[in-house]
Amino acid sequence: MKKLKYLLLASILLLAFLVAGCGSSTKDQKAEKKVEYPTKPITYVIPFDAGGQSDIEARRQQPLLEKYLGQPVTITYKPGGGGAVGWAELVKQKPDGYYMAGFNIPHIILQPLERKDAGYKTEEINPVAIFQKTIIGLAVPKNSPYNTLEDFIKAAKAKPGSITVGGSGTLTGPHLFTLLLEKQAGIKLQYIPFTGAAPATQALLGGHSQAMAGNSDDLVKYPDKIKVLGIASADRFKALPDVPTMKEQGYDIQVSVDRGVAVPPGTDPVIVKKLEEAFMKIANDENIKAQMLKDGFEPVAMNAEQSKKYIEERTKVFTELYKQVAAEKKQ
Amino acid sequence: MTENMLFALGNVLDPLKFLLMTLGVAGGIIVGALPGLTATMALALLVPFTFAMDATTSLMVLGGVYVGSMYGGCIAAILVNTPGTPSSIATTFDGYPMTKKGKAEHALVAAAFSSGVGGVFGALVLLFLSPPLAEAALKFGPPEYFWLAVFGLTIIATLSTGSVLKGLMGGALGLLLSTVGIAPIGGDMRFTFGFYQLQAGLELIVVLIGFFCIPEVINMIEKKINPQDVATYKPQKGVARSVIMDLIKKPGLLLRSSAIGTFVGIVPGAGGNIASLMAYNEAVRFSKEKEKFGTGIIDGVAASESSNNAEVGGSLVPLLTLGIPGAAPAAVMLGALMIQGMRPGPELYTTYGNVTYTFLFSFVLANIIMFVLGFFGSRYVARVINLPINILAPLVVFLTVIGSYAIRNNMLDVGIMVFFGLIGYVTKKAGFHPGPIVLGLILGPIAENGLVQSMLMGKASGSMFAVFFTRPISIVLILFCLISVAVPVISAIRARKRKEENANA
Repeated sequence: MKKLKYLLLASILLLAFLVAGCGSSTKDQKAEKKVEYPTKPITYVIPFDAGGQSDIEARRQQPLLEKYLGQPVTITYKPGGGGAVGWAELVKQKPDGYYMAGFNIPHIILQPLERKDAGYKTEEINPVAIFQKTIIGLAVPKNSPYNTLEDFIKAAKAKPGSITVGGSGTLTGPHLFTLLLEKQAGIKLQYIPFTGAAPATQALLGGHSQAMAGNSDDLVKYPDKIKVLGIASADRFKALPDVPTMKEQGYDIQVSVDRGVAVPPGTDPVIVKKLEEAFMKIANDENIKAQMLKDGFEPVAMNAEQSKKYIEERTKVFTELYKQVAAEKKQ
Repeated sequence: MTENMLFALGNVLDPLKFLLMTLGVAGGIIVGALPGLTATMALALLVPFTFAMDATTSLMVLGGVYVGSMYGGCIAAILVNTPGTPSSIATTFDGYPMTKKGKAEHALVAAAFSSGVGGVFGALVLLFLSPPLAEAALKFGPPEYFWLAVFGLTIIATLSTGSVLKGLMGGALGLLLSTVGIAPIGGDMRFTFGFYQLQAGLELIVVLIGFFCIPEVINMIEKKINPQDVATYKPQKGVARSVIMDLIKKPGLLLRSSAIGTFVGIVPGAGGNIASLMAYNEAVRFSKEKEKFGTGIIDGVAASESSNNAEVGGSLVPLLTLGIPGAAPAAVMLGALMIQGMRPGPELYTTYGNVTYTFLFSFVLANIIMFVLGFFGSRYVARVINLPINILAPLVVFLTVIGSYAIRNNMLDVGIMVFFGLIGYVTKKAGFHPGPIVLGLILGPIAENGLVQSMLMGKASGSMFAVFFTRPISIVLILFCLISVAVPVISAIRARKRKEENANA
């Protein structure tokens, strides 16, 4: 017992020392860095293909970033492995603030869980800000016999495993949504992974899958062709005000794909702060927010601290879910 | 609609817009000609510049670049056996042998003319038939994709000149290579050998450059030792006229290839590379001089080039009507549309009718500009091969290294390119054609996705048989596969019988 007390005391002392040490060092650096950063062009890496949603967001931000940071911002692409190749590069870069990359949740949480060598760890992704949510919702074609979530679940209960739900990829936002729905409603669905949101939508519109766990930007695009039965946001989604949330219908499911921007681990907090300020200004820009809403996204503005907490919270939820799936796979 | 069209016609001829679009086409041709720089990348780089333009101008410029780059791919394919873009794979089959015969200009003019015909064909389909065709494209589900890929694999029979066994081995190697990376379904890691970069799989363009270009460069250097084999180009008079007259006499070839290209473009997920290979395959099938293909005839170049340019128009059909991009560059165009506040769908033809019809008309025009530029440029471009080998070979190698790095900004890709280049050199010496290998690489993922997704559909519906064998489009595709495999076998048996009869008589 005594030992423990000492240990506690020692760690408190150590911690105090560290905090003091950090404080003074950042202060010193602040004085220098204030003049120093940014003094040259900044690279903004998109770990996906050109023309994708991450690219569109970055292009939207680019002129404003240049205005607020006073330096050119170059967008480049490092696609592959669902973003993993780009993030593996990110965490190996010099943490000098001149290399940042877009990141997506749940990708950065699930890839290191699932793959032996994703090339990076979730905690190495050093978030600057999160600026956008794509809410996942459940949709069926207009001519589908299911008009409500209740109809859909009733049918799934009557014939387990007979309803196909298409979505983009394995262990992605849409897949997690489907897994959570199965678990909470006690039903069995047949999830079909497609190679992206566009092929999944195509399969739904063509009647090849009976339902789709889709991204909100696709769900708002086809008001004459699909019915959205429920949406996995906390409150009603502004772009689809008539669609009830999953929560309203008795299922505590909140799944979104979140976009943010990160720097390599170990980047000076002062630099992070500078970038954070620029990104927060953009995230709170009324014009940008309106554009995002119109395109079917939920604009958010989480700073570095909030983003970090959010990633930690999501990691807990998804890790638990992943473990269950892995255990079921083994059986 | 007519009102919109008339307005659009006036708009297209606006001098500034016209000039910008012409510059777009020219820029596209250059990008397309450089291996590793793709239409997708060129469009993405251009999008921010279009912010400052109005919607029509922006779309006209982007359309011009898309059209130009699809044609530009043929230049490198014809001159140095390197597909500038994956869409010009099949152009190398006859284009490069033509260059070796000293007919580089013939090949380039044929490519420009047939690209123009194909492009205008695709553009007209886009202009007049979009909505019904987009609905038809939706009928393509996972089983149809699976059978389409299987049908595509039967092209191996055409591509394996000499030995079908070697062709099949090449195809199998290609399919195996296509499985490297994250499994499209299930997400497992396959054959990454500890390289995190390989999660992304093998990039088609990198493998293409390796297999097609490097062996040819080594060849060039070898030939330098025996200079009499080195290809040269001497300007001749009347080439353009004779080539075009020759092609006009073959409307069937051009129309068939254009139709195949447009169709493949409309089906989302199948791109210009598949279009050009399929059109080439059909050109061989319908030809009376099958054995001449691959030795350097105009028909081969024309089939490939008319179809890959027709594919451009096709790929915009599902994009404009449904918001589903038919190919990767079309996906970038979707982004550009969204930025201009336009959303694909019926709205485009009503609310934004003026913009849309201007774009569609300009698309026809862009194809004509491309033909003119290609036509007059041919005799100058063809001179590239007259460069001394000690300049040309390092230049080509330099471009291939830059190109394979630039495609994903990934250094490992350069190593992969060199690795497959050496493999390509050795296998070519052993009598393997690179065609079947890249065919397997292209079609592997489509076949795999289609197969697994169909099986999941079958599992849910309770009948695998119904999913795979009873859907109407699937049945047609299965019949195509059977014919494609059976016809060469039957004709081979017949030929043997005839030989025996002749011998007996």
